Amino acid sequence: MDIDPLLLARIQFAFTITFHIIFPTFTIGLSAYIATLEVMWLYTGKEHLHRLARFWTKIFAVSFAMGVVSGIVLSYQFGTNWSRFSEFAGNVVGPLMGYEVLTAFFLEATFLGIMLFGWDRVPKPLHVFACIAVAVGTLSSAFWILAANSWMHTPQGHAIQNGIAVPVDWLAIIFNPSFPYRLAHMTTAAYLTTSFVVLAVGARYLIAGKFTEEAKTMLRMGVGFAAIVAPLQLFIGDQHGLNTLKHQPIKVAAMEAHWDGSKPGALVLFAWPDEKNEKNLFEIAIPYGASLVLTHSATGLFPGLKSVPPSDRPPVKNIFFSFRIMVGIGLFMIASSIFGAFLWWRRKLFDTRWYLWPMQYTWSFGFIAVIAGWMVTEQGRQPWLVQGIFRTAEGISPVAGGMVLSTLLLYVAVYAIVFSMGIYYINRLIAKGPIVGEDGAIKKGVPNRPMSAASEG
Amino acid sequence: MESYLPLIWALVIGFAVAMYVVLDGFDLGIGILFPFAKQEAERDQMMNTVAPFWDGNETWLVLGGVGLLVAFPVAYAILMPAFYLPVTLMLLGLVLRGVSFEFRWIAKTSKYLWNIAFAGGSMVAGFMQGIIVGGMVSGVKVQGTQYAGGSFDWFTPFNLMCGFAMIAGYTLLGATWLMMKTEGEVAKHARKQAMIALYAVLFFMAVVSLWTPLEHARIAERWFTLPNFLFFWPVPLVTAVLSFLCWHWIRKGNDTMPFLCAIALFFMGYSGLVISNFPYLVPPTLDVWQTAAVPASQIFSLMGMLFMFPILVGYTILNYWVFRGKLKEGEGYH
Repeated sequence: MDIDPLLLARIQFAFTITFHIIFPTFTIGLSAYIATLEVMWLYTGKEHLHRLARFWTKIFAVSFAMGVVSGIVLSYQFGTNWSRFSEFAGNVVGPLMGYEVLTAFFLEATFLGIMLFGWDRVPKPLHVFACIAVAVGTLSSAFWILAANSWMHTPQGHAIQNGIAVPVDWLAIIFNPSFPYRLAHMTTAAYLTTSFVVLAVGARYLIAGKFTEEAKTMLRMGVGFAAIVAPLQLFIGDQHGLNTLKHQPIKVAAMEAHWDGSKPGALVLFAWPDEKNEKNLFEIAIPYGASLVLTHSATGLFPGLKSVPPSDRPPVKNIFFSFRIMVGIGLFMIASSIFGAFLWWRRKLFDTRWYLWPMQYTWSFGFIAVIAGWMVTEQGRQPWLVQGIFRTAEGISPVAGGMVLSTLLLYVAVYAIVFSMGIYYINRLIAKGPIVGEDGAIKKGVPNRPMSAASEG
Repeated sequence: MESYLPLIWALVIGFAVAMYVVLDGFDLGIGILFPFAKQEAERDQMMNTVAPFWDGNETWLVLGGVGLLVAFPVAYAILMPAFYLPVTLMLLGLVLRGVSFEFRWIAKTSKYLWNIAFAGGSMVAGFMQGIIVGGMVSGVKVQGTQYAGGSFDWFTPFNLMCGFAMIAGYTLLGATWLMMKTEGEVAKHARKQAMIALYAVLFFMAVVSLWTPLEHARIAERWFTLPNFLFFWPVPLVTAVLSFLCWHWIRKGNDTMPFLCAIALFFMGYSGLVISNFPYLVPPTLDVWQTAAVPASQIFSLMGMLFMFPILVGYTILNYWVFRGKLKEGEGYH
């Protein structure tokens, strides 16, 4: 069959990883939120904080399980669809992914059990400690996988021997130039996304007139956190962008739809990038805006897309629009959370229904922004799989296109069932709300089963 | 020292795979036996016996898979495309099997759908694993360091037979596990099923033992030349003794011994596999040294692995200890 296996393999990876990234994003943020709730509970002794912590732990359990299930698939996909990449980069990224898996297991085998099942079995401070350990653990998982990913964007610390990348300096590999920025940007995104979920659930309860005490706490925490961190994320994102300009200028050129590097760049608000004719259609732009942002000078120059041949350019439209979706949501988050903080200051946060009503639907915004952001950075690396040294087209397995297509369809079918059920289930838990039920079930020991924690209580 | 690294890693991965096959083997076996249960209550009881364990058991599969990428990237890069469809179907089978554990309890009218997903997922996963094992024995076509065969090279009578053999083996593990962990009707059925499964396993073992050396000269040579044969002849003998003991204890209705014998039988089969193929990781062309990552990579990840290994083993033991004993009808961990 002559279906392009490269494109299909890319679609398959994009599909499975897009589903996957939703869950780690949420569990990184949620574990930190639960740990915060528990620390507050430990110090104040307020029971509704305890109820909230238990409530979110159930949702955490389902999300963690779905993250694990969809992550296993990815760890095998490097081999099934990207075997030449595995061979080329396995020596460098393999151990980093190995450490990611080991930290995840370490967590599951130790503190997760206490966090999910230990509520009535271990002393309070130990439970708090377990929650903090899980929060730190999810973060260290992110550390390793982002190190591996960042190396693909800004590779260093390796040597090429017989056409294969081998490690020379592990510290240089792990702490490659884009890694600190990506780590900061992604973890902040995870926290911000979660704060909007918490905020939205709080708003939902207040609108429905349920669980008022818990709802107010969630709303205050969500709004307060987002009002500080959303602007901070803008700054981190800007720094990340400057770092990208230094190491992957063509990605930035695609984000800004900047064709001609010999002229200062305009800040394009809207356009339809025409890749064939190398120009923008229907452009609405602020002259010199992009140069001002990126070079801190209105007449500053930065490379345009035309500085490399078309075969070395990433897909401009996808990156251009994804970037605008991400930034748009980011700006909305800043505005809505600061406005929320203003209402809070005027003591009107809990009564301003026209604010709460739309906010209950914003739980998905963070996830959309995260996915859009990953689309920008991953497609922006194209046509390279490892920037500058290994092309995506070189990375695929010697597998027929028909094979990749059939497994893609299978993944779509199975994920559609499994994840829609999972999300339906999370929604049911949220609808049920923070009630601590009587513990009738047999629950001795620490079963290694995240999802069963959700069906308790 | 550096030439030993691939051996250490082969040992680590070999151990992880063995752990997986035994531990997830009985989980999958229960899935395979699911359609044969007479009542919904029996299915509940069967599922409950593995509920606290299955996802810890699956950990070993990930460790094996990621371990292969970390320590033997070349082997990983060849074997995954070679078994493209079996690996994918196995993963999807495991996903469906895994979520069925939870969704089955929540579902009301659609419970039967998750019964099907649980049984189907288990069967597909077990069958595909058998095909992969068979495919390893049959050999993988390689050119340089990449897979050079077709999409359906694994689709051979021998490999399909191995798929059925694996199903029989997992059924034996599952049935003997139920003999150990349950009482009442379920245990009674399990005893009958264990006997049938044992006959099937013995049949397949005999077929594999004859077919493999006939079809693969390199394996015949490995076993039947001197002095090798002097070392290896106890393998079939021990297997025969174990089979007899297993048969004996199932007949007597012993609680624990049939399960232990089934595990021992699996290890004998596994050791036969190792004897036939060592030191090849991609038989018959590439060995553990040719597929190994560079020493710097193997050492770096070995440090983490050695730290993690005792914790995983300890946790596994603890978990089985906590949930020891029989599960009566109507009891569960939910």
